[in-house]
Amino acid sequence: MDQDLKTELSKHGIFATSFEELYNWGRKNSVWPLTFGLACCAIEMIATTMARYDLARFGAEVFRPSPRQADLMIVSGTVTKKMAPQVVRLYNQMPEPKYVIAMGACAISGGPFRDGYNVLKGIDRFIPVDVHIPGCPPRPEALIHAFMALQEKISAQQLTGESRPRHLKQELPSEFPVPEFGEHGLEPAQNDEVFRNPLKVLQG
Amino acid sequence: MTLNEIRARLQAEIPGCQVDLVVNGSPSAQNSLLIDRQHGLEAARVLRGLELDYCSNVTAVDWLERVQSDKIKSKQVVDGVEKEIEQTVKTTIPGYLEVVYHLFSMSKKEGPVVLRMRTGNRTDDVALPSLTPVWRSAEFQEREAFDLYGIVFDGHPDLRRILMWEGFADYPMRKDYVPPPDDDLETLGER
Amino acid sequence: MTQVAPPEAEQNNLMELSMGPQHPSTHGVFRMDVRLDGERVMRLKPVFGYLHRNHEKIAETASYLAAIPYTDRLDYLCSMTNNWGYALAVEKLAGLSVPERAEYIRVIVAELTRLQNHAGMVGFLLQDMGASGTPLMYAFRERERVLDLFESLSGARMMCNYMRFGGVRVDCSAEWLGQAAQLVAGFGGFLDEFEQLLTGNEILMARTQRVGVLSSELAINAGVTGPGLRASGVNYDVRKVDQYGIYDRFPFRVPLGEHGDVFDRYMMRVLEMRETLKILEEALRDIPSGPIMDPKARLRGLRPKVGEAYGRIESPKGELGFYLISDGTPNPYRYRVRPPSLINLTVLEDMCLGHNIADVVVILGSIDIVMGEVDR
Repeated sequence: MDQDLKTELSKHGIFATSFEELYNWGRKNSVWPLTFGLACCAIEMIATTMARYDLARFGAEVFRPSPRQADLMIVSGTVTKKMAPQVVRLYNQMPEPKYVIAMGACAISGGPFRDGYNVLKGIDRFIPVDVHIPGCPPRPEALIHAFMALQEKISAQQLTGESRPRHLKQELPSEFPVPEFGEHGLEPAQNDEVFRNPLKVLQG
Repeated sequence: MTLNEIRARLQAEIPGCQVDLVVNGSPSAQNSLLIDRQHGLEAARVLRGLELDYCSNVTAVDWLERVQSDKIKSKQVVDGVEKEIEQTVKTTIPGYLEVVYHLFSMSKKEGPVVLRMRTGNRTDDVALPSLTPVWRSAEFQEREAFDLYGIVFDGHPDLRRILMWEGFADYPMRKDYVPPPDDDLETLGER
Repeated sequence: MTQVAPPEAEQNNLMELSMGPQHPSTHGVFRMDVRLDGERVMRLKPVFGYLHRNHEKIAETASYLAAIPYTDRLDYLCSMTNNWGYALAVEKLAGLSVPERAEYIRVIVAELTRLQNHAGMVGFLLQDMGASGTPLMYAFRERERVLDLFESLSGARMMCNYMRFGGVRVDCSAEWLGQAAQLVAGFGGFLDEFEQLLTGNEILMARTQRVGVLSSELAINAGVTGPGLRASGVNYDVRKVDQYGIYDRFPFRVPLGEHGDVFDRYMMRVLEMRETLKILEEALRDIPSGPIMDPKARLRGLRPKVGEAYGRIESPKGELGFYLISDGTPNPYRYRVRPPSLINLTVLEDMCLGHNIADVVVILGSIDIVMGEVDR
């Protein structure tokens, strides 16, 4: 709808909106994260919810302990190979629509611990990630910025058409296979449906 | 008590016990006592009796097989003239695993007394006595040494992996551990 | 009260519950396998390793200097004291000395770290008990003030990377010292307010007194250190025993508990915060001017002689020790962290047997663990 017409109508006390805008507005202003802190980034996440930075202003009022009641999983901290199956299980237990923020260098790619034998080199090897926040640890303002970026992403999602999000497409999976503990590492080491190897992408 | 006094006490109370003093080259001057495996538990009980009641740290170390070359000067007669000749002698020291215990006394506020025990080799002779019956603080740390180095502690109440998962087959902290190839981006997908 | 766990045959009628690794009150990714008879704990086995980040292996391939940022991430709430423990061990290994101003700065930042750690611990303990968020908000308000100081001094809120071998990295200005003195002057009032709300609170007393009792013999045998040990009545504080740094110049007392229960461990933190304020007042007053690094120390390319050293400090969680073996190369041959949180957990089962499952959460909160240190 024409933006000028909307402004003109609103001056007369008539608000015109589309179903899509209203639906997304409601969703983006009430994203409830899961209490899921792994390591040092979790402390910055807690600091973001405390009085000085206050994430509750943005709608993340309650951090739900149960994945069944949460919309957002902020993977804050290093994901180790021992913890990775649990992370994927928790993601599977969250109902759609669900989002993932990979907070910190460790969740994006393994971070400073990349050379470790027990470190998973990024959580995007197994589950799809919506927003990445670089930093070690990222400041609370960076987490708020990522939260706002997620809100923008949600408000840009369409209800119909080809580019509608995953939770409105029946054929796309919302649960991903959980890796098993192998003798030398995880089996499989990554989920090829989800993970796009940056080197292969660059090589074309 | 100085280390030499402790060593004399151990040799007096446990017949057949081999206690060697390992000198530390760094300025910290923390020398240690190397005790043989068979008398490790008895020696620990004697030390506990000397009021060393707090075992602070249990560390496992992996020593690979190394070649030590020493230069030896000897006098030899060459063509009727006595000369001093330097010869290089190489000795191969076989590899072993080692466990180091740092002991303190909370009652007398003294320490550290450093204890070492070595295994026979790195492959099949990797058993050592567990000192958990004497100092319970060694419980989790010996489990970690078993998990990451493969040292088997006889007499440990619950010897299983602590940091890696049950079913993991490698000993990752060893010097010759090679991580699996499908970790790195370069080799992903090629098994 | 403690009970011996029943033999295996009886354990088949018990409910097996796995608390964690994702649980709102397990202080990070920590799992406890509990066997319950109704609500009473019959057996508790902790499971670690969910945050095992291979710090020791990585440090073997990194130089001595490059391992300092990794020590920040061990006990991630107290990065300054971790740095100090490691710097102390390397200074013992290489025979370096520290100038006086640097020693004063080290004491100041270490005690500030202790303040914010103990305040956070009390906040988290109360949250585990159900005071959902409010004491934590107060504690984090003070913590943010301390983190502001750290940020203006070292550049980062949490991962400060501040100590170097032979001194500290950056000098503090007189203005910074003035701000620190202001914080210390106001902290006593915050503690009074905090205690007024918490210490006499009947819910806190009912849930913490005579819960999770730890006897002094078991504490010494199991290697428990820090406020948990002193709550059981054992007078052992590494600052007083080893007198590392310049701690012998500050007359502070070591509070001791009588019963060794959760309430004593809570009171330890509060009393230690008050003693810390005394140390800080004196240190901020007496700090001399001078260099902040040993002139003989080289920042990079440190190659200690072949040998080993064990250096330990009193971190807010307990005795933090670093054991280093050098083989003459720029990288350590063996780098070992003695984690206080892991060793303090040795007695978790003994403290929890016979109690209800709700008490397990409170007892775990009173031990004050950080998983970055437990798993390294």
